[in-house]
Amino acid sequence: MKPLIFKEIDDLIIGSLGIVAFISFFIGGVVAIQTALNLTNPLIPKDLIAFATRQSVILEFAPTFISIIMAGRAGSYITSSIGTMRVTEQIDALEVMGVNTINYLIFPKIVAFTLYPFVIAISMFLGILGGLMAGVYGGFIGFDQFIVGIQTEFIPFHVFYAFSKTFIFGMLLATIPSFHGFYMKGGALEVGKASTTSFVWTSVVIILVNYILTQLLLS
Amino acid sequence: MIEIKNIEKSFGETKVLKGISTIFETGKTNLIIGRSGSGKTVLIKTLLGLNQPDSGSISFDGRIYSELSPDEKRTLRTEMGMVFQGSALFDSMSVEDNVAFPLKMFTTKRTSEIKNRVNIVLDRVNLKDANKKFPAELSGGMQKRVAIARAIVNNPKYLFCDEPNSGLDPETSIVIDELIQEITREYKMTTVINTHDMNSVLQIGEKIIFLKNGYKEWEGNNEEILETRNRSIVEFVYSSELFKKVRENLLAEEDEENNNN
Repeated sequence: MKPLIFKEIDDLIIGSLGIVAFISFFIGGVVAIQTALNLTNPLIPKDLIAFATRQSVILEFAPTFISIIMAGRAGSYITSSIGTMRVTEQIDALEVMGVNTINYLIFPKIVAFTLYPFVIAISMFLGILGGLMAGVYGGFIGFDQFIVGIQTEFIPFHVFYAFSKTFIFGMLLATIPSFHGFYMKGGALEVGKASTTSFVWTSVVIILVNYILTQLLLS
Repeated sequence: MIEIKNIEKSFGETKVLKGISTIFETGKTNLIIGRSGSGKTVLIKTLLGLNQPDSGSISFDGRIYSELSPDEKRTLRTEMGMVFQGSALFDSMSVEDNVAFPLKMFTTKRTSEIKNRVNIVLDRVNLKDANKKFPAELSGGMQKRVAIARAIVNNPKYLFCDEPNSGLDPETSIVIDELIQEITREYKMTTVINTHDMNSVLQIGEKIIFLKNGYKEWEGNNEEILETRNRSIVEFVYSSELFKKVRENLLAEEDEENNNN
């Protein structure tokens, strides 16, 4: 089981870091620029750019937006790989051998996704870094001001909230695509359809769970 | 020996298996034949435990499957080997890893012992130099050989083959058939093969059951199948042009002999 878990960590978590880092950095930058461009009132302090970037990135962008990206990247990979095993009778072969197929194919993915909060932590860091670079090098805010801004009214519970929902999103990202792949029927065309359906359902469930958790934890 | 009694299986309103009883004998190649949709695949999947029968019993050397505990069922499964129609090799693993898979999963053998056993079975199926290759790099016939090697690596008591010749040329089909028959005798396995390839039927059909519309229509061996007057069997066997020609020649020879007498 250990090699399988390490393989899944490599494929699903480490393999996703590149795209997550790229998107996080640039979206963080865009959030900072958008905020800066909308601050036309001279009475509003410039630190708000950093404050808004931090809040957007930690509360929503990193946990939710990246999870939707992951539903496309890792979710489609999970559905198509398990679905292909189903249509080529590889899952039947495992069952005939007496292998507990759910344990063999899905459990390692669930274990791998327990590390998903680390991906989101990296996304949060890079998102804020992107905001800092865009804000400072775009001439919208000074470096010191940005550092002050990201420390303004910091509420540690928000980080707890973000990582709580990240953990739940991780479980959804492992299980919903696995379900769609494992129970699919048909041939190669249906594998593609199952991947699309799995992406749609994973995204919908993430958005709904995000709403419910926000209501429960923040309101 | 596998004994099935009054097996019935339905999917929704459709009854696919209708009270099938037979005995699959040890050390023999037992064939299930019939047209597409006759229930062959459902029967073999029911034997494998992938489908649960609605009624009837399946007994593996006296062990009635439905009365076994989950652990006993799992143990029984480790005594089964299966060659799937499309080979069902794990495409992300090399040939060596595919064959070693059942040993790694279900035995406590050391790596060196596993490697030795893998080499022995790959040698047995005449695939000596393919250890490091991946399934996609192999021909259809070679994939079937790897599938057979994987099925027999853990010394199974029961070997099931679902259309082992599908997609293969006639020459390779004969080689695969002979290999299965030799292995069955050598390892004293109970082998059940699902096929509609008449060459296989005539070559290795030591026991044949013919399914029609979910019923067992006929039972016999590869000699009896040519002599039977059962209309369904005759239509099935002589559905190909080649066998029609062979039958016409045989009948002509018979007529000639009768006239001479």
